[in-house]
Amino acid sequence: MALLLIDEEVCTGCGICVEVCPLGALDLVEGVAVVDEKCNACNACVPECPVDALSLPEAVVVAPDLAEYRGVWVWVEQFQGQPCSISWEMLGQGRVLADQLGALLTACVLGVGMEAAAEQAIAYGADRVFIADHPTLRAYRTQPYARVLGDLVREHKPEVFLLGASARGRDLAGSVATLLRTGLTADCTGLEIDPQTRLLRQTRPAYGGNIMATIITPNHRPQMATVRHRVFEVPGIDRSREGEVISVQVELSEEDVATKVVDFLLQEGVVNLADARVIVSGGYGLGGPEGFEPLRELALVLGGAVGASRKAVDEGWIPYPHQVGQTGRTVRPDLYIACGISGAIQHRAGMSTTRVIVAINVDAEAPIFDIATYGIVGDLFQVVPALTEELRRKSGR
Amino acid sequence: MHAIVCIKSVPDTTEVRINPETNTLMRSEVESVISFFDIYAIEEALRLREAHGGRVTVVTMGPPNAVKELREALAMGCDDAVLLCAPEFAGADTLATAYTLSRAIDKLGSYDIVLCGKQAVDGDTGQVGPGIANRLGIPQCTYVFKIRDIDFDRGTIEVERLLEEGREIARTRLPALLTVVKDINQPRFPTFRGIRRARRTEIPTWTGDDLGDDAAPNCFGLDGSATRVIEVFSPPKRKGQVEWIAGDNVQEMASILSDKILAERVV
Repeated sequence: MALLLIDEEVCTGCGICVEVCPLGALDLVEGVAVVDEKCNACNACVPECPVDALSLPEAVVVAPDLAEYRGVWVWVEQFQGQPCSISWEMLGQGRVLADQLGALLTACVLGVGMEAAAEQAIAYGADRVFIADHPTLRAYRTQPYARVLGDLVREHKPEVFLLGASARGRDLAGSVATLLRTGLTADCTGLEIDPQTRLLRQTRPAYGGNIMATIITPNHRPQMATVRHRVFEVPGIDRSREGEVISVQVELSEEDVATKVVDFLLQEGVVNLADARVIVSGGYGLGGPEGFEPLRELALVLGGAVGASRKAVDEGWIPYPHQVGQTGRTVRPDLYIACGISGAIQHRAGMSTTRVIVAINVDAEAPIFDIATYGIVGDLFQVVPALTEELRRKSGR
Repeated sequence: MHAIVCIKSVPDTTEVRINPETNTLMRSEVESVISFFDIYAIEEALRLREAHGGRVTVVTMGPPNAVKELREALAMGCDDAVLLCAPEFAGADTLATAYTLSRAIDKLGSYDIVLCGKQAVDGDTGQVGPGIANRLGIPQCTYVFKIRDIDFDRGTIEVERLLEEGREIARTRLPALLTVVKDINQPRFPTFRGIRRARRTEIPTWTGDDLGDDAAPNCFGLDGSATRVIEVFSPPKRKGQVEWIAGDNVQEMASILSDKILAERVV
């Protein structure tokens, strides 16, 4: 299945491509590079070849009239009528991109009675808001939301469309992109405009954060991307900003919608990990479910959420929604306090972009210390309560 | 009942080692495995079969070696497996992958439920499941961690979905596509009998000729992909080294650390 083309006449057998291949798909056989089926056309090697012996086939694409597509759109996610802060983060970055493109920033607000959210969207930077108010849109459901957004995109032709990479955002983005037969890049950690081509350069981690890839959507529109929580800042709010609010006609009836939301079981009294600015997380070193008690106390003082490593979850000490890491949630708080967590690569993949990492572990060799900002080698059952007490005293909580 | 499970063969990231010099994956000894969440999708399909009868078909698009992962699914108890493997499938992004898988599902004939993992552990996109559902024109329930009720006669299903704020209970009609999270079940291990049977089961390979649609050419692989990877690089390393907090006793260490935390102005 390898796509990579190797010009055997030109290849000098220097082995640079073998070194840079993230998948181990290349090898040297009798002094010439050969590729196997592990190659996924990631393009890591092509620019590295000093003699230009490597290439990837160009795709056969019939480009639509791309110049028709203008402007940056953001979907404003809501939960029980309240807009989600991740959408304001998208508007903040959307504003930056729209200014670079010299284009309008449009927010799409779907729901019932969402006028206040539309005004907020303008205050957060939108020039224009489409508001779709219809009973079928009260709670998020894939089908009616995808339908309304798909129709709006077809009519108004934006060049960039951003959604938060929340559960609902990813659910919706995958559906809308397929409906529109366009490109979608998930979980971006960087978005910028190439000034020459107007293309959106979308950078995201892959392979558990071991590799970063920059992806473009050259011939399809809109260029769709989702962005994780807290990658971009919520912009400053400016209530004096003015913008246009446009009501959208929705031609849907409840009978057309297969899925019904029967109920929602809110997680009471628990800070949502994705939105948390502070996470206190525990691992195998906690020794049992009761080990999380001092962590909860510390989280309470810091106004944070409680996370866990996979081992702690697999032992049944704390439920799965708390799991941080490659097979749990990816988080990006300002402060992550890892207690009794050794820091396996899969765990680090879910939290290593945190600004300040504190690690508390009895084992000074634990890999978590490789990425920690501050480290304490010690017994977490002594350190955590003492830290809680100090913080409580100094912060007056 | 016919359940179809879509799986992905991925490098075993538990085996992945980073080359500290180049900060890239070390190329040797990267074995392929079934992507983590897909194992839960297989298990859930097997449980549905045990409760309701019927059969489970497992499908993957991948290199010839992915037949190893299909055999593992068969060893767990799946009845049939299909490998989608052809040069024209190579270089597929999620748009083209979802298309190819949806064509294969169509070709498999009637089905009641399609199951996928919530995302693959290499790409982490979670886009292929919704893409397949959209192509097939069936409802999707993503991030499912419990099937509360399923009635194949009436064609209804009720699930619990794991979202940021808690659990959503949703009801929809069958056939539907579900993507599942890890908490949904505890996957079984292959049995010796299963492994023996898996070895004997014939696994057909389908190519573009088997799945193509004359009305929509160039939808597979790189041709059918809307995105292009233009650059791959190592993630920026975290700056600096760990600052060790030491002290004569726990109180002193806690005091120093609390000052550091408060000075970072994150609280």
